[in-house]
Amino acid sequence: MTDPVRLYRTVRLIRRFEERAIELVRSGHVVGGIHPYLGQEGVAAGVCAALRPGDVVAGTHRGHGHVLAKGADPARMMAELCGRATGLNRGRGGSMHAADFAVGVLGANAIVGAGGAIVTGAVWARRRRGEDLVGVSFLGDGAVNEGMLLEAFNLAALWQVPVLFVCENNGYATTMPVAGAVAGSITGRAEAFGIPASVVDGQDPEAVRAATAAAVARMRAAGGPEFLEARTYRFDAHHTFEHAVRLDYRPPEEVARGRSRDPVDIAGSRLPPDRRAEVDASVEAELDAAVAFALAGPEPDPAGALEHLYASGLTARAGGG
Amino acid sequence: MPRLSYRKALNRALADELARDEEVFLLGEDIRVAASNVTAGLLKRFGPERVRDTPLSEQAFTSFATGAALAGARPVVEFQIPSLLFLVFEQIVNHAHKFPLMTGGQCAVPVTYLVPGSGSRTGWAGQHSDHPYSLFAHVGVTTVVPATPADAYGLLVSAIRCDDPVVVFAPAGAMEVRADVDVASLQPVPLGRGVVRRPGDDVTVVAVGHLVHDALAVADDLADQVSVEVFDPRTLYPFDWDGLLASVSRTGRLVVVDDSNRSCGIAGEVIATVVERVRLDAPPRRVTRPDGAVLPFAPALDRAVQPGREHLRSAIQHVMKDG
Repeated sequence: MTDPVRLYRTVRLIRRFEERAIELVRSGHVVGGIHPYLGQEGVAAGVCAALRPGDVVAGTHRGHGHVLAKGADPARMMAELCGRATGLNRGRGGSMHAADFAVGVLGANAIVGAGGAIVTGAVWARRRRGEDLVGVSFLGDGAVNEGMLLEAFNLAALWQVPVLFVCENNGYATTMPVAGAVAGSITGRAEAFGIPASVVDGQDPEAVRAATAAAVARMRAAGGPEFLEARTYRFDAHHTFEHAVRLDYRPPEEVARGRSRDPVDIAGSRLPPDRRAEVDASVEAELDAAVAFALAGPEPDPAGALEHLYASGLTARAGGG
Repeated sequence: MPRLSYRKALNRALADELARDEEVFLLGEDIRVAASNVTAGLLKRFGPERVRDTPLSEQAFTSFATGAALAGARPVVEFQIPSLLFLVFEQIVNHAHKFPLMTGGQCAVPVTYLVPGSGSRTGWAGQHSDHPYSLFAHVGVTTVVPATPADAYGLLVSAIRCDDPVVVFAPAGAMEVRADVDVASLQPVPLGRGVVRRPGDDVTVVAVGHLVHDALAVADDLADQVSVEVFDPRTLYPFDWDGLLASVSRTGRLVVVDDSNRSCGIAGEVIATVVERVRLDAPPRRVTRPDGAVLPFAPALDRAVQPGREHLRSAIQHVMKDG
């Protein structure tokens, strides 16, 4: 498979996964809703295309794209969203905590900015053992105002840990526009710690892949962290809940302008139409199977609700009378 | 027999575990120079990769430890001031503690958080004198408060070997305790198992951490009036309920002395659990800091809000009179 095909397939897979997941939210099969990644697919796809299987990533609460792009099974991911025992996290994590350690996904993380220090520690510990790997911490534009993330920049730079901090600047932290939240510049945050920072068009998966590959090559050679700001746009709501409460915070013309640069179309335009149609059909078949797998999966046994709470095997006292 | 100090016991536990397991490493503020004296000599012996001084960035280095643990390491994070745990409560509770369940059992987070000098170090005032173990017991993070040098060694070793996050509170009031201990006899002490420090028939006194020594002193003072059993839980979460219930079932009376705030403190939990299971001969009592206490600076004021021997003596006499 050539790179343009693979990139397009990942972008398309994430797009259709999200659209199918939103359908499942509306039909009541996914409880609690999701934070759709629609419009931002090029970032996860481009970044992960430049990684090796042994590299690790930490995602965000808008994390489906990161998990899928790193190679998790869409069927088990969909089953997780549906709260099934067959899900990636056995129905214990759901959308915001989807994790697949087998493919290097240390977990989506629902606390903004929390992944930076975690992935830094994980990469440091494995490199101490002699393993050659890098890490990626995905974060949103809201995270650059979180103190813990800035502390993580300092540790990664000070201790020369090869972590790529990828800021997906989609213009909004929930409803707060970047201009109302970020003093100074986003890349300036990283540069203050001596971390090389660059900006890329997040709507172009190939540009993201190339920028990531360059950053990762420098990290593998020099050891320290890098920062990449991917300018992107969230096509849909912050959360599926948003439609129910009818939040209105983005001018329609801005949304239309944002949607006009669609990573699916940009990546798809680099394929012959028949090849693109083949990929679309295969993605559709994979997602049909994923939805069927998810809905057929058993619900977890309530008797095991606190299973895995303690890795040591400790069991919690019951709460009932 | 040599006298082993509580502080030296912690130091020895760290050294033994660093030597035993390459995946163990220490990180924290000023640990290279051993500001708390607990890490003394370890940099020279194990090097800066295993004994890592951190910048003042508690939240990041606490989550860094979580990440390292996810990758198979066994970090020990030293906090030299108990109030720093308020800063990193989120990192411990919301990440380290929750990851194994939220990932459906894909990972373990074996981090030890060591807090030497927890509680009042007279004169350190409001922001350096808390003793926040009840918070961790409440959220279900394994929480230990050793009272003796042998337990300080044995519980810290067990904490480092545990596959879950464990907070080890070493009370300031216990750090200078010394005991006749044959160093060669030091052993891991199992988590979740209490011990009867002094047998008695009339009342069970549950004492936490350094207060075990106060409870023993009060029990001796009252020996001609009351037969006091002193129960040291050693681990507050998980708590050795079987051991405590066996004691209280025999004595029929209960007093808890605990150096944390009264509301939602561990003392309240001990009493609630006992009265759910045992018909007592007298209403139980607890001796704690006041609700919402902030330790004032002046030594007399500092002492005034801490549970002391006089309060304990009075509580014991009350439960004897009441029943």
